Amino acid sequence: METKPIPKKKLPRQKMPVQSAERRRHNFEEVALGYPDEAAIAEASRCLFCKVPHCVEGCPVNIDIPGFVKFVLEGKFAEAAARLKEQTALPAVCGRVCPQETQCEARCALGIKGESVAIGRLERFAADYARDHGAELPPEIAPNTGKKVAVIGCGPAGITVAGDMRRWGHEVTIFEALHLPGGVLMYGIPEFRLPKEFVEHEVRSLLDMGVTLKLDYVIGMSETIDQLLEKFDSVFIGTGAGLPQFLGIPGENAVGVFSANEFLTRFTLMKAYDFPNHATVPIRARRIITVGGGNVAMDSARVALRIGAESVIVYRRSRAEMPARAEEIHHAEEEGVAMNLLTAPVRIVTDEANRVTGMECLKMELGEPDASGRRRPVPLKGSEFLIPADAVVVSIGNSPNPLVSRTSPDLKTTKWGTLVADEATMATSKRRVYAGGDIVSGAATVISAMGQAKKAALAMHRDLMGVDPPGWVAPPVAKPKPTPKG
Amino acid sequence: MGSPRDDLKALPTRFRGHLLADIVVALDALGLPSSPKPQPVASTEGFLVVAKREIVPNFHLLELEVPQVARFAKAGQFVIVMPKATSERTPYTLGDWNAEKGTITIVVEEVGRSSRELALLRAGDRVAHVTGPLGSAYPIPTGTTVALGGGCYGVAAIHPIARALKQAGNRVIGVIEGCSDFSIYFEKELEAVCDEVRYVTKDGSRGMKGGVGEVFVDLVSSGVKVDRFVAIGCTFMMMLTSEATRTLNIRTDVALNPIMVDGTGMCGACRLSIDGETKFACVDGPIFDGHKVDWQELSYRRGAYALDEIDALPQGARAAVAHPLHLEHGAAHACASGVGCGTDG
Repeated sequence: METKPIPKKKLPRQKMPVQSAERRRHNFEEVALGYPDEAAIAEASRCLFCKVPHCVEGCPVNIDIPGFVKFVLEGKFAEAAARLKEQTALPAVCGRVCPQETQCEARCALGIKGESVAIGRLERFAADYARDHGAELPPEIAPNTGKKVAVIGCGPAGITVAGDMRRWGHEVTIFEALHLPGGVLMYGIPEFRLPKEFVEHEVRSLLDMGVTLKLDYVIGMSETIDQLLEKFDSVFIGTGAGLPQFLGIPGENAVGVFSANEFLTRFTLMKAYDFPNHATVPIRARRIITVGGGNVAMDSARVALRIGAESVIVYRRSRAEMPARAEEIHHAEEEGVAMNLLTAPVRIVTDEANRVTGMECLKMELGEPDASGRRRPVPLKGSEFLIPADAVVVSIGNSPNPLVSRTSPDLKTTKWGTLVADEATMATSKRRVYAGGDIVSGAATVISAMGQAKKAALAMHRDLMGVDPPGWVAPPVAKPKPTPKG
Repeated sequence: MGSPRDDLKALPTRFRGHLLADIVVALDALGLPSSPKPQPVASTEGFLVVAKREIVPNFHLLELEVPQVARFAKAGQFVIVMPKATSERTPYTLGDWNAEKGTITIVVEEVGRSSRELALLRAGDRVAHVTGPLGSAYPIPTGTTVALGGGCYGVAAIHPIARALKQAGNRVIGVIEGCSDFSIYFEKELEAVCDEVRYVTKDGSRGMKGGVGEVFVDLVSSGVKVDRFVAIGCTFMMMLTSEATRTLNIRTDVALNPIMVDGTGMCGACRLSIDGETKFACVDGPIFDGHKVDWQELSYRRGAYALDEIDALPQGARAAVAHPLHLEHGAAHACASGVGCGTDG
């Protein structure tokens, strides 16, 4: 495909085509539709191909961003996807759910004066193109090293470790407790933000590389880590999030109060919106209150709309403090999620059968900054008011999954229950055992889990083989990479 | 041609662009076209049903080949079973296991859609997913006298606990509760691992008349020194038993059965109030001190989907009619709850 020289300065950031808010609030289909070829090339043409690409430093897995953007610009979409695959096992996923605006795109030179290059959208474009056109090049797999690696948890971290270790020639087995692979990508992030076929596709390509996947296998309850270490040379723990946290207010165990985990699991992993084809019962409510301001809260609130309820978010700070991505908040509001900001829940009101009828809230104002640097909300006296609702979704975070650490007492944990791991190598307090993702960092993003997983994979390989992995190049954080030749 | 009633092919198949059989599911049994059913990724080939029989009316014993559960199972634990890839994740307490053969045994009471899916299986069929063992193992004391009472599916559930207690050198008294003589099962299995087995029926047709609670009270009043009670059955039975033993001041452990969604310590659906504190049955339990349980809350939470269970039931029936031999879809009970028993309170 030929590209015409386009005057760079004049070209705006290409808009992402989306389903209209009116339409999408009634379906579970993907919201963002993806760039057409021309828009992708136009967007790629905005890239300045800086000598020192700061965007790469901003990426937790150090994707060669100028490299793949150059391929997109030249119309070599399959090559762009292959370049992405060198660093990330999940480009189609990262392109959709990464908070690019705080990572790669935040470092973009164009972003200083105007709008940064839409790196995430281009990543998604290239990955989708390769998938839709069957143009994915199978990754090169190093000769068998005879070493065996166990990966616990088939989420973003586990998939990344498995992909890297397999490419470097090790024999990899993934153990997954749930009945489908993908972890949070499968049970947490809703279909309309990340269609599950992409996750399935990525896992399938992992299996094609020769990775063994054992579903329905609960490490910790069946084998312990010690028993795994007898059979495997190295173990990676990526068990992710565990029990949800609750508010600790009266009425929280009433019928109709859900954790975001349960609410999303029902509609995402168990596909309750497809009841009765899928047997899990959907939640039938007329008005659903979601408590929290993170990405998971936005997901829950938007699922609530899609199942036909009025959706209300209650968040105790102001919009500026919301941890969710700006784009997600924007999408949620566009679809009609009502925001009750500076509002704190006080108690859940129930009827005689212990069903939710509403939530009593308190108005807040912002006071002095707290430890997290955000302004602390202070309650306004006498401002109690009632929001009628028949379901409440609590989305204020998780504790780490307890199943593995509980049966391995020699694994050091923090007071929050997360595993203690070395920052550079992700090695735990136990020899030959590494960890990454939410089980280490508490609650974070898909991409940060993948970043940790990459570090762990590298350290595991070095530990097993004593040398750097084949074809491995040091990430450019310390020493910036020169602009690739395309 | 005559009336369309006489010729199925003349029936309209679409309405406003939708296939009618998608909307009125029963129509695809008549051969009307419907859109392809979701084909979930099947990464495992499932688990073999080694044996299946209806041991007493409405109670089905399933022996499944699940080596990773059989090798590591401990008394008091449960498994999550999904008969098909589109089923609910439903917990069932382990009734027995054989580490060498790699098989586990569960007893399922047919009450709703999910349990019906299991009840309709035959030996040689495959179950899509079995996950486990889950839950905390029951801590086994030594040198004590323990009385265990089981009703409904709970008769099977007390069996491994009785066996573990017996092996640890405790004196074990088993109590089997049934509504009537014909609904008593697992006598031989329990007699093999108990020092004494008593029977109790609601109509008095075998053993004492009443429930497990009455037998426990009777045991103590007849002078048997009991250090601990264990009661497993439907929520209502466990509540009655706990109330009966409260005044005796003897610890009574119960295996609770709240609704679960994932069962692996992730979703928080199975939360309970134990002594005013929120606990999660799937990782902290399922066995708790019955005197500390908020029974009212548990029974409200268990009843949360009662109406949906009724909605869901015909789906199971439809599957049975449409595919009497090969169950392709449909069926799973809405009481994602506990161990297949929805008859409580």
